Amino acid sequence: MITYKPLSYKVYIPMSLTLADVQRIAHLARIRVSEGEAEQTRNQLNGIFDLIAEMQAVDTAGIAPMAHARDVFQRLRADEVTETDRRAAYQAVAPQTEAGLYLVPQVIE
Amino acid sequence: MQWETVIGLEVHTQLTTKSKIFSGASTAFGAEPNSQACQVDIALPGVLPVLNKGAVERAIKFGLAVGAKLNRVNVFARKNYFYPDLPKGYQISQFELPIVEGGSLTIQVGDQEKVVRLTRAHLEEDAGKSLHEDFHGMTGIDLNRAGTPLLEIVSEPDMCSAAEAVAYAKALHSLVTWIGTCDGNMQEGSFRCDANVSVRRPGEPLGTRREIKNLNSFRFLEQAINYEVRWQIEQIEDGHKIQQATVLFDPDSGETRMMRTKEDAHDYRYFPDPDLLPVKLDEDWIEAIRAGLPELPQARQLRYQAEFGLSAYDAAALTGTRALSDYFEAVAAALAKADPKLAANWVMGELSAALNKAELDIAGSPIPAAKLATLLGRIQDGTLSGKLARQVFEVMWTEGGEVDAIIEARGLKQMSDSGEVERIIDEVLAANPKSVEEFRSGKDKAFNALVGQVMKATRGKANPAQVNDLLKAKLAG
Repeated sequence: MITYKPLSYKVYIPMSLTLADVQRIAHLARIRVSEGEAEQTRNQLNGIFDLIAEMQAVDTAGIAPMAHARDVFQRLRADEVTETDRRAAYQAVAPQTEAGLYLVPQVIE
Repeated sequence: MQWETVIGLEVHTQLTTKSKIFSGASTAFGAEPNSQACQVDIALPGVLPVLNKGAVERAIKFGLAVGAKLNRVNVFARKNYFYPDLPKGYQISQFELPIVEGGSLTIQVGDQEKVVRLTRAHLEEDAGKSLHEDFHGMTGIDLNRAGTPLLEIVSEPDMCSAAEAVAYAKALHSLVTWIGTCDGNMQEGSFRCDANVSVRRPGEPLGTRREIKNLNSFRFLEQAINYEVRWQIEQIEDGHKIQQATVLFDPDSGETRMMRTKEDAHDYRYFPDPDLLPVKLDEDWIEAIRAGLPELPQARQLRYQAEFGLSAYDAAALTGTRALSDYFEAVAAALAKADPKLAANWVMGELSAALNKAELDIAGSPIPAAKLATLLGRIQDGTLSGKLARQVFEVMWTEGGEVDAIIEARGLKQMSDSGEVERIIDEVLAANPKSVEEFRSGKDKAFNALVGQVMKATRGKANPAQVNDLLKAKLAG
């Protein structure tokens, strides 16, 4: 069993989301949602949160949280170069390329 | 008005693995764009990351070298943000359970020692590179760097000046290159610093900090912090409040400018990466890595002082890099008559000056350690004076060649035949009756003038100690 203290993952989950919450989550995920969709999404998400609330009601005092659903550990790979250059194949399906680069809409920071 | 500066550094060190942290693509620098970006690095659907043992091993090595706690179980997390050079839409990093926690680094500022505490060091993958030159209004993306293993080393806000921050960055640079976890190449971005800077009045709580991103030279680090500190103090003295922000340093103007404020700061929504299981560090593995650690710079400095009788300053200078330190030890060990101080003086003096002038590091020295030791041996056996040795050094540096052959060919041998020296002294005395007269009437200065004349007549090849003795005897007689 993996023992570790969950700190910031343990967020306060509101009993119900507001439309503003939904819009913020959508913005973070870069998903555009219309007002109608937001309303529908809010209801679906609230349904999920109800489930979570039910699980959170279970007394887990003294039980160490798991970092992963399977209680096993990561297997490691030897530090060796095993990949060859397959740029041509990958770029053949890219929307736009030039001089070996993938081209994307300009990002101004 | 008194102000205190508070600085913490986050340093991204690129690890020296051959392959990427989660894929088998090469990490070699300077390849054709996207020729080292495989399906995992470009995030094709359905691919899975597999952790590189070499990256974990280097993180453990670093943790041991700074006396940190190694989390026997550590966890990878997703840090979510959107940027075209991050194809997955998240960076795999470590958040709650990093591999390394705590530890410390001792730095030397002037003749003061200071201990800087480390907060943590975690493994993560690097992003690709965006090329903003104009591609018909588009941005070019090179993903060769995507997935390159990084160890991000975070310090506590223990530094209180740009000089301390630079001393810390240099000590860290020296350590990671010393233990071989990072090649330290700052031009290629293998060692990048972010500085968190705030100011406050003494005794007050910490001020609001601004983070200066991506400083890739020690000089820029110093300039950026000094500018930022002045700017923050002026703002507060003018009645403004500091807003938490991320800024960039512009080397051309020497100023920092705002990248983003906290209002539009990222909400990274970290959560454990379901594609990666927790990483377990076996005790046997940790002990094997510990056994393989080289003697660290700090330990060597203490040994140089205790064993060789060198000053703290000399010991620190000689352990600036492992290569320099190894070179010094090779010279000292090869001397027939043990004299570490002589070796130290030549490595830090003549050799370092020549290297600096030629903008070479020790690995590029045209004079290998064994050759320098041979030269110093000729000082020890009286063949050469210090001055003549410097002439031989000069020839070896510019033209190469063997020590004894150069001495022979250029007639640089110190005169050891006392008969010959005596003959020259007699000539000098005969030619300078005035100086002789002055010496006899009590002017000590005249003696030095006569020594100078003898050295000149022998073209510097007489042994000064021998000249002194013989001259004294002659004048007394």
